[in-house]
Amino acid sequence: MKITTNINIHHLARVEGHGNIRIKIQDGRLQEAKWEIVETPRFFEALLVGKKWENAPWICGRICGICSIGHTLASIRAIENAFGIVPTNQTRKLRLLLKHMETLQSHILHLYFLSAPDFLGTGSVFPLMESQPDVVRRAVRIKQLANDICDCIGGRRIHPTRTIVGGFTMLPEKKELEAFRSRLKEITGDLLITAELFQTFHIPDFTRETEFVSLKGDSEYPFIGGDLISTDGVTKKEQEYRQMTNEYCVDQSTSKWARLSRKSFAVGALARLNNNFSFLHPAAREIADRFSLKPVNHNPFMNNIAQLVESVHVVNESLALVDEILDSAWEEPKQTVTPQSGVGVGAVEVPRGILYHCYEFNDTGHILKCDCVIPTSQNHANIQFDLEELAAHYAKTGKQDREIELLAQMLVRAYDPCISCSVH
Amino acid sequence: MADLKPVRTYLGMPLYRPKTAFFELSSCEGCQLQLLNNEASLLDFLSLLDIVNFREAMTEKSDEFEIAFIEGSVTRSDEVERLKEIRKTANTLVAFGSCACFGGVNQMKNRLGSEWVKKEVYGDHPVESGFARPLEDIVTVDLKIFGCPIKKKEVEKIIINIALGKAVVHPVYPVCMECKANENICLFDLGEPCLGPITRGGCDSWCPNSRFGCWGCRGPADDANIDQLREIMKKHGFSEETLRDRLECFGGFSKYTEAFRKNPEKKKEGK
Repeated sequence: MKITTNINIHHLARVEGHGNIRIKIQDGRLQEAKWEIVETPRFFEALLVGKKWENAPWICGRICGICSIGHTLASIRAIENAFGIVPTNQTRKLRLLLKHMETLQSHILHLYFLSAPDFLGTGSVFPLMESQPDVVRRAVRIKQLANDICDCIGGRRIHPTRTIVGGFTMLPEKKELEAFRSRLKEITGDLLITAELFQTFHIPDFTRETEFVSLKGDSEYPFIGGDLISTDGVTKKEQEYRQMTNEYCVDQSTSKWARLSRKSFAVGALARLNNNFSFLHPAAREIADRFSLKPVNHNPFMNNIAQLVESVHVVNESLALVDEILDSAWEEPKQTVTPQSGVGVGAVEVPRGILYHCYEFNDTGHILKCDCVIPTSQNHANIQFDLEELAAHYAKTGKQDREIELLAQMLVRAYDPCISCSVH
Repeated sequence: MADLKPVRTYLGMPLYRPKTAFFELSSCEGCQLQLLNNEASLLDFLSLLDIVNFREAMTEKSDEFEIAFIEGSVTRSDEVERLKEIRKTANTLVAFGSCACFGGVNQMKNRLGSEWVKKEVYGDHPVESGFARPLEDIVTVDLKIFGCPIKKKEVEKIIINIALGKAVVHPVYPVCMECKANENICLFDLGEPCLGPITRGGCDSWCPNSRFGCWGCRGPADDANIDQLREIMKKHGFSEETLRDRLECFGGFSKYTEAFRKNPEKKKEGK
């Protein structure tokens, strides 16, 4: 039967921020599919102008409640690059460990609380507390560990207090880190069971070829700083990020859109994995193999699985990082900061993809220009074109309107969009 | 971790679970996330409330609720309408976090004027956005929960009080008192600026505990003495600008920052 339907989802649930999905199908033919962003802009790039450098990480962290650590680290990196500060090895390791734990807590939040209910046929994670308490307890256990480590290193899990330009205000106790080691080991088991759970889910078989952009690994799976790469063969330096993002305004969205070699590109776990597969920890590779996930994978729904693979990667790498930190004596937590005029860029892989902060300073360290390019804004165009193809494809194959509506929501959720962040 | 109990009891009586809705206006949604984020007490916390609206976590929604928690500030006309609609239904309307209470970091743009900020970010592309305002500029607010972000423990205490029909009282003393009680080294002695002496307590000196000076996210304590703090800042070699940056950051001290900067738009609106 050829369907005719009008799908109108106002303020899509189980995503961060406010977006609408509109799909019109007439006699099995797609008339229109639209991913609209109606979020209110908050103008972070403007409100920092004229402020001193020290305001930026503290305020820019507040662009996003989920990845405030990532924003803070990108902001700090941009400022350190502008002022010519090179972080010490100790600072680098602590920042990476903090970053890993934000990645873990965000991925687990998405996989269990936002994404899994679709596969389990519930409207939220709340009914699962009664029907499958073990599943919820496991999610909560992993997330809690990740957040506890964020508290320990960053001062707190949202809008961190210890992360500053030049290093940290104070360092964690070694005995705290020691205690986390055994909990991290336990979590590796929880993640294996998580993989088994996701193996029972039916991941929609949908592909649309696109370009994937991320940091480029040198000798390891990249998270903080470095060159930029795309699966279409583009490579750029960190400070050339504007040539990688090419942001522009569109009428259907208060978030900007981005493009590179094609009409759209994607960032996020799947993009990182597509560009840096060989650097994954063997345990993470093993999970990828279970799902036959290998580069270049063009199924956007596999971003869920890529997040799972990355969760395994960051936990294993964090175990090694904790050991390295415990094996060395504490050095000074912070360096002196001397402002200088110039431009600095900080590129950081946050849970939803590559994030750029860029500031221009005068010689007293006051901000003249500020630019932040958010992962989800880079994904919006790709979501739009995926949505068109998905709706057209399933309308043609005779799926029911309810099924198309669910698949459209699942598609958007697979990107784990952070909409208020993308509008900032 | 807590056991899954559908209904809490108090003195042997089942505790009433109020129908509760969460909404967000212009914000980072971090305050709502704080609720999902304190895993150790999450399930216990959820047993206190009958959550009927929580878009960030659930698909189901309802227009019937008694308590509305609203995160974020008001920056656009559709938000004004939404807020008025929520007010019609809610018995108790809670301003949830500093953006809702004071305008939060969003109100920092107010000093620059809407036309300039729009041009700076969007160029000539048309975008609707006005002055960033706290909820109480539009509707009656029954209860304020301060903080950027909110502190989950404090929220739990407040919600238990609401469920028991008890009054909610905020500390009148400043963060500085809590910091002293926590036996922290004074930030000024570490060479860092701090708004602890004038900011309302209740966060258990969250930032100073990490050797990070207070930025005043909870707004002024009762009888906050700004002039005294200005003296302390000066004595420790901090500029007027450093003090202003902190006072301006979350909007809680707007009546003091007016003295620093006159906002042309605010004047126009007659507020």
